[in-house]
Amino acid sequence: MKALCWHGKKDVRVENVPDPKILNPRDCIVRITATAICGSDLHLYNGNIPTMQSGDILGHEFMGEVVEVGREVKNLSVGDRVVVPFTICCGRCFFCQRELWSLCDNSNPNAELPAKLYGDSPAGLFGYSHMMGGYAGGQAEYARVPYADVGPLKIENGFTDEQVLFLSDIFPTGYMAAENCNIQPGDTVAIWGCGPVAQFAIHSAYFLGAERVIAIDRFPERLELARRWGKAETLNYEEVDVFEALKEMTGGRGPDACIDAVGLEAHGTTIDALYDRAKHATYLGTDRPHALRQAIFACRKGGTISIAGVYGGFLDKLPFGAAFNKGLKFAMGQTHMLRYMRPLLERIHQGQIDPSHLITHRLPLDKADEGYAIFNDKQDECIKVVLKPGAN
Amino acid sequence: MSQSATAGLAMEPLDFQTEHRPAKTTNVSGMERLASAVAGGVLAGWSLVGGRPRLLPLAIGGSLLYRGISGHCSLYRALSINSARSASPAVGVRARHGCKVEHRLAILRPADELYRSWRDVANLPRILRHVVRVEAIDERRSHWAAQAPLGATLEWDAEIINEREPELIAWRSLSGSQVDTAGSIHFQPLTHGRGTLVTVSLKYEPPGGKLTAALAEWTGAGLESRIKEDLRRFKNLAEAGEIPTIEGQPHG
Repeated sequence: MKALCWHGKKDVRVENVPDPKILNPRDCIVRITATAICGSDLHLYNGNIPTMQSGDILGHEFMGEVVEVGREVKNLSVGDRVVVPFTICCGRCFFCQRELWSLCDNSNPNAELPAKLYGDSPAGLFGYSHMMGGYAGGQAEYARVPYADVGPLKIENGFTDEQVLFLSDIFPTGYMAAENCNIQPGDTVAIWGCGPVAQFAIHSAYFLGAERVIAIDRFPERLELARRWGKAETLNYEEVDVFEALKEMTGGRGPDACIDAVGLEAHGTTIDALYDRAKHATYLGTDRPHALRQAIFACRKGGTISIAGVYGGFLDKLPFGAAFNKGLKFAMGQTHMLRYMRPLLERIHQGQIDPSHLITHRLPLDKADEGYAIFNDKQDECIKVVLKPGAN
Repeated sequence: MSQSATAGLAMEPLDFQTEHRPAKTTNVSGMERLASAVAGGVLAGWSLVGGRPRLLPLAIGGSLLYRGISGHCSLYRALSINSARSASPAVGVRARHGCKVEHRLAILRPADELYRSWRDVANLPRILRHVVRVEAIDERRSHWAAQAPLGATLEWDAEIINEREPELIAWRSLSGSQVDTAGSIHFQPLTHGRGTLVTVSLKYEPPGGKLTAALAEWTGAGLESRIKEDLRRFKNLAEAGEIPTIEGQPHG
């Protein structure tokens, strides 16, 4: 089959590789009909996530048709159409039983690696480094899905792939970011970043009762989408002082909740952002938490910081004194996908949102490498790239 | 651990010149002395090849060489270790001898189910990564084969010396085995639906001495790392019904 393989920093190639096989009784094989490039794939593309190996197949947002099931998978049949969540979960461990799906104890074959770095291992992920299990990803013609009796969501109504594909990661991720804000009537939510996850977080914050949503970015097309599609107020951080503007807009109190939808590769124009870039460029630091610092500084006393952007290592110069003395609450982590996939499918069904609105680029799988370059450089006002295996 | 080992060994040539010291006794076993001398000789030789001599490797190599020839190791003395006392055809591992490894993990299954699963020795090769096969000889005795470094295979017979269903199973190797080992597994029910706390402890005589065992641990190839991984595999199998794997998946 054809698959998009990682070979190093900014080096991804579509290659011919063997087809996946069933390896465990609870596996299934999916023939992929649509797959997307995620903002977090760019962290891999830019070489910011450790334990990648040359030849690893990328991709964790995918859907398709079941073509083979393992002997323990009773709820799926060949021919079923499924959206596959990006986190892999057994459904039976302490964490799955508590619906902390992204913290599954039994889905990472390399659990001892993150245990050394993080103290314990989170769930295995598709196409997201060997520390996260080393599973082959879904930017391919076929993928093997472990614990297929738990994760995949069957799509039974006549939705198009583009309407439901983002249930594989970014819609639930944006929703959880908003849910983590514990939004109360009258609340203002500020969101750093206007990428795809942030766009879903904007919609979700309104679903959950926010009165105002303020979205922060520097790309005009993303700010425009946040205003037009999300009905958010926007701030361009290259034009205004974000902290002053947020204080001004909230009567000096600050936003009730702040969502960091940027993560470890933040850009900024302030001195700390330049410091991060210098450290990163000289291999003295791993993550660049500029957006998170600003969110902590701007958040109102007793407010909530919700982190949806990915962090991997150690964060420098984090204003923890501000967080402590303002009594902030923190919520973060990979998305507990199975809590959200079905309810959000229902919202799509009811016509509350059409996720396909986000797609700016559609490419055949053969041109996946081109898709990465376009998305990474934000060329051509790119917001979301969808790849279609089998298309030309 | 390996750092302190290096420091201790590197001090040795200096100590050698000091007078008024008690006689140094032999506390390193024959095989270990040979290994130490060969490794030390190679390291010292390498450190002198080429341009400037490399001082740290030279010091370490020299002290390993000395340790091999003299049969005395100050680090072992400091740690009250003596690998030179001839190992009798031991049954299990004698008290205050060998290495002990203990690891615990909570598993979200009832104790009796876990007990039965471990007690059936046919299940064990799937859980214990380096064990190739286990054959039951009778109710209490079994024959074991495991992979050792450098492609060797170790074989031994073991017998169960204590079992209390569903709390504990204890075993030891029998005389005449290539491996001297004794171990136990405990199953302790946890409250509030938190499953069972499983504790594995294992005593064994490391083939190359405790220093080798410490080095192996440091590189992640030691018994402690293995026990951790194997206990996690036991948990995977008990909870999820399978052990997660990527062996055999495609890559570019």
